[in-house]
Amino acid sequence: MLCQQCNKRSATVHLTKYINGQKTEVHLCQECARQRSDINIFAPFTINDLLSGLLDMAAPSTVIGKGKDIKCSTCGMTYSQFKKVGRVGCEDCYKSFSRELDPILKRIQGGTHHTGKVPSRMGFNYRLRRNIDQLKRELNKAVETEAFEEAARLRDEIRELEKELKKANEKGA
Amino acid sequence: MSWMTDLGPMRDVVISSRVRLARNIKGYPFPVIMDRETAREAMEKVHGGIVSGNSSLSKDLKFMPMYELDDLERNILVERHLVSPDLIQRADYTGILIDDREEICIMLNEEDHIRLQCILPGNQVAKAWDTIDKVDDVVEENVEYSYHESLGYITSCPTNVGTGMRASVMMHLPALVYGGHINGILQTISKIGLTARGLYGEGSEALGNIFQVSNQVTLGPSEEEIVDNLEIVIKQIADKEKLTRKAIYEANKIELEDNVYRSLGVLKYARRLTAKEFMALLSQVRLGVSMGIIEDITLTDIDKLMVAGQSANLKSYAKQHDKSEEDLDIIRAEIVDHLI
Repeated sequence: MLCQQCNKRSATVHLTKYINGQKTEVHLCQECARQRSDINIFAPFTINDLLSGLLDMAAPSTVIGKGKDIKCSTCGMTYSQFKKVGRVGCEDCYKSFSRELDPILKRIQGGTHHTGKVPSRMGFNYRLRRNIDQLKRELNKAVETEAFEEAARLRDEIRELEKELKKANEKGA
Repeated sequence: MSWMTDLGPMRDVVISSRVRLARNIKGYPFPVIMDRETAREAMEKVHGGIVSGNSSLSKDLKFMPMYELDDLERNILVERHLVSPDLIQRADYTGILIDDREEICIMLNEEDHIRLQCILPGNQVAKAWDTIDKVDDVVEENVEYSYHESLGYITSCPTNVGTGMRASVMMHLPALVYGGHINGILQTISKIGLTARGLYGEGSEALGNIFQVSNQVTLGPSEEEIVDNLEIVIKQIADKEKLTRKAIYEANKIELEDNVYRSLGVLKYARRLTAKEFMALLSQVRLGVSMGIIEDITLTDIDKLMVAGQSANLKSYAKQHDKSEEDLDIIRAEIVDHLI
């Protein structure tokens, strides 16, 4: 079948429309189909589309209902702008929109706390604290699986690190 | 380009592995609202830091601002999976730092200020993480990252905060598609924080039976946990694919060989190939090569051809920008003749 529009290339896009029970069929080649506004199969569905859906669900109605928009004082981005583009304007937006963003993060991410890599600039104390948190999680796991010897070892290690942290804090103060 | 020319482990099923880290510079507005001047200043900060640094990276990485490339050169980078379409759409604001082997590519001012990526052939997610982790350390020496105690690395899109890490593999899964197992697998992995999608083609259609499997969650698990999780799943999917390939071959030896050789015949001798037909034939031939049915073509030949057969690469091959889809179909058929 040839494309109805250019009559040159073969038709690979077939559109069937039902409007008020009236059926119309259109057969086009890819190039002609791209130029039609009523055919948008070429626009990919992005993570943004999904995200804006979630944002609408999660935002408390008081924010949207009263027509008052929150604005990030650092970069000037508003919450409604963020909803449209799915991206925040600066690092402080996470603070400015935290009431709205926190529940969304929980929903899309599962976790709420980063447990991975730490920039080396973050300093000794912070790394130590993170280390202790990690060991505590391991301790809980050991207790759950009744690996008591391992648990005792972890408990001692945690105590050591906590002592070290206390010393470091006193020095810092 | 190393992921196309070197074999790598499990290449019969896993084409390439990639790890990407999203980072932002403390105190700078994110690319979504950046003006041109600030964008170029941010790029220079990263580029300058790496050049002035003492690491081997300073010699290896070449800086390429997107505004210095023409349209075609930019599109080729996209089809080689080195940069995203978004990066080249805002060419006035963006750039890359890339090494000779095209294993390390740092995108500047894409969605985030800095996106570090490592791409390796075959199944090498752990090695890709290891490599890019070290590059990240070097960049961090000169650039202070935006980092939050509980949210981790701050990114422009909330779907990336935490590790800022996306680890992914490109897998060729013809037997699982043929056997009807693929949808079940895709649904299952979405339940454990991973996601899969067709790499080429639109919507649910995966041209050439090529799928990209990656982690969905970035906040909570550590980088190592993400890598381990992904590797376990890749191995299981690859094992299942190989078993199914074998089962299909044993059950219908002649039919499979017939399919593979017919595909090779059409691929080699056709004078016109649409992108869709090209990818379908290539998938069959790749299956044939990986099972030893075809012996005089290698897996890397096929994967090279797969990239060469995409539109912008064809235009570059023909040295003409204004080719219609129909012309490209003819050039696509010609290029097969040159490469295999």
